[in-house]
Amino acid sequence: MSKPKLATIWLDGCSGCHMSFLDIDERLIQLGEKVDLVYSPLVDAKVFPEGVDITLVEGAVSSEEDLHKIRAVRKKTKILISLGDCAVTANVPSMRNPFGVKAIMTRAYVENATLDLRPPTEVVPKLLPQARPVHEFVPVDIYVPGCPPSADTIFYVVTELLEGRQPDLSDHSRFGA
Amino acid sequence: MDKARRKIIIDPVTRIEGHSKITIQLNEDGLVEDATFHVTQFRGFEKMCEGRPFTEMPSLMARICGICPVAHLIASAKACDALLAVRIPPTAEKLRRLINLSQIVQSHALSFFYLSSPDLVLGMDANPAKTNLFGVLAENQQLAADGINLRKFGQQIIERLGGKRIHPAWVVPGGVSEPLSESDRDAILSSLPGAFAIIKRTLDWFKGIIGKYGEEIAMFGNFPSLFLGLTNRNGGLDFYDGGIRVVDSSRNVIANGLDPNKYFEYIGEKVDPASYLKSTYYVPIGYPSGIYRVGPLARLNLADRCGTEWADRELINFRGLERTAVLSSFHFHYARLIEILYAVERMEQLLTDREILSKHVRSFARPNSEEGIGVAEAPRGILIHHYKIDDNGLMRWANLVIATGHNSMAMNRSVLQVAKHFVHGAKIPAGMLNRVEAVIRAYDPCLSCSTHAVGQMPLHVQLLSSTGEVVDEVSRPD
Repeated sequence: MSKPKLATIWLDGCSGCHMSFLDIDERLIQLGEKVDLVYSPLVDAKVFPEGVDITLVEGAVSSEEDLHKIRAVRKKTKILISLGDCAVTANVPSMRNPFGVKAIMTRAYVENATLDLRPPTEVVPKLLPQARPVHEFVPVDIYVPGCPPSADTIFYVVTELLEGRQPDLSDHSRFGA
Repeated sequence: MDKARRKIIIDPVTRIEGHSKITIQLNEDGLVEDATFHVTQFRGFEKMCEGRPFTEMPSLMARICGICPVAHLIASAKACDALLAVRIPPTAEKLRRLINLSQIVQSHALSFFYLSSPDLVLGMDANPAKTNLFGVLAENQQLAADGINLRKFGQQIIERLGGKRIHPAWVVPGGVSEPLSESDRDAILSSLPGAFAIIKRTLDWFKGIIGKYGEEIAMFGNFPSLFLGLTNRNGGLDFYDGGIRVVDSSRNVIANGLDPNKYFEYIGEKVDPASYLKSTYYVPIGYPSGIYRVGPLARLNLADRCGTEWADRELINFRGLERTAVLSSFHFHYARLIEILYAVERMEQLLTDREILSKHVRSFARPNSEEGIGVAEAPRGILIHHYKIDDNGLMRWANLVIATGHNSMAMNRSVLQVAKHFVHGAKIPAGMLNRVEAVIRAYDPCLSCSTHAVGQMPLHVQLLSSTGEVVDEVSRPD
């Protein structure tokens, strides 16, 4: 029998949740025996596969690309987990919302630059007017708050799900943890 | 079919830290004409901090990056020290140095073992289903275990000092929030020999395999450029403070002891219309000739010495690779390993200094200056935070010049060099995709940092005809 498929994706976050996942250290080896990590910034699969059992999503939805990705990932995932405060509440990425896209672009590419002063528009994905949490766009099955959630919390959530149990997060994490 | 001008799009790039893609433009004869590295995410920290108390900045700016939050903590706290206009206690500086070195170790370990070692252990043409840490584990268990343990070593010290591994809040304006206890010092000291053994073993392994990578060494961003970074007063390697030195490709010092507080006089930032990552250039030479590299390769090219015994021995070997400065970006890997060795040795020096246990670790003041600049060497190169506040200590403006941005021009040039060498005609060679990614991995770019945003880089190649039709398409096989 093939192993359950695990995936991780990274939208508008800082990578801290992925780093916290790596902080399970040598338990990575144990996890690697139980699951196939089929898609992640840490492996070389380029296409998000069908039939993924668990996907951990880090980050808020901030650009058209993020939105496109999360919709595709939702369709191909059985259990979608909002991992960390940015996925759950949009947290730090949403701090741009009161200023608007034009103002943040002007600061970076006009005021704080010295040559060719205009915001990039070619190839790069457009930013959405606001950075928003994942569940505003697609249904989310499990919410794991924390900035980032600890390695122990992430390991607990994944192993409980692999054992067929619903993780109880009440004693494991909190916003800003 | 008419001869078509084709474009190869690599989207996304994997095993690096951030969202990006690469386009390679081919001419009518199928030869590579141009190549561009596009960073595709942007967050806007320079604006979103406005109106918030400056005291929040270290913790907020750390959220730019979960890989090197400590570098942002330090640059931010130093900018805040300047706003307070205080000198921080000597022990606070030593403790900040200690946590910064821990971060250098864990971040370099991530880059080398988790992200790049699959290319080195399994080969550039290996099956992409295997080129990850689990593949390395199956092929070379010792190396994979060493990587996990070395990263863990760095992260555990950060946790011990700062309370948590990622986004600790311990580095604050005026110093650090808590002194180091004797028991914590002893615990950290006792973990150093294990880390030292790992890095020595890894260096020996790496020096044993680089002979197989002659073609990559020759083609992976091997070109003359300037190198820019901090050195201390004696010209030695320094990750925390000092003046900015610029050397040319023959290691001639062309500027020394530049004041980081005047960075804007010599570092310019150009906007690329097709990337959220800006490209910096050395202003006295201008764009694009003022191209420079930062990070491990640059630091070891420009410093006179490391200042620790074993790292200096390795530095002699490193310098022997080329008669000029070490120009191939492939050798970022080697430089990264030497810096880990240095960091472990330097930590021992700091921890055996009696002053490290002093309880006086924080200076208190109200803001006394409306403008402050903080600089540090992050794992990927020099990092600058520049803040302005109002009379109430609320942020009015920020500018962040981030390590990966300094390498932007060099990464573009490297991608072009690799593509020109490995890509010819209509067929897309299998190993090419991975090599184009591998040269980017050598720089260890952190795209969350560089655009103050984060994501993963995917890889997808399309051949387009001159009319824009897709004539061939490859996603990296799973």
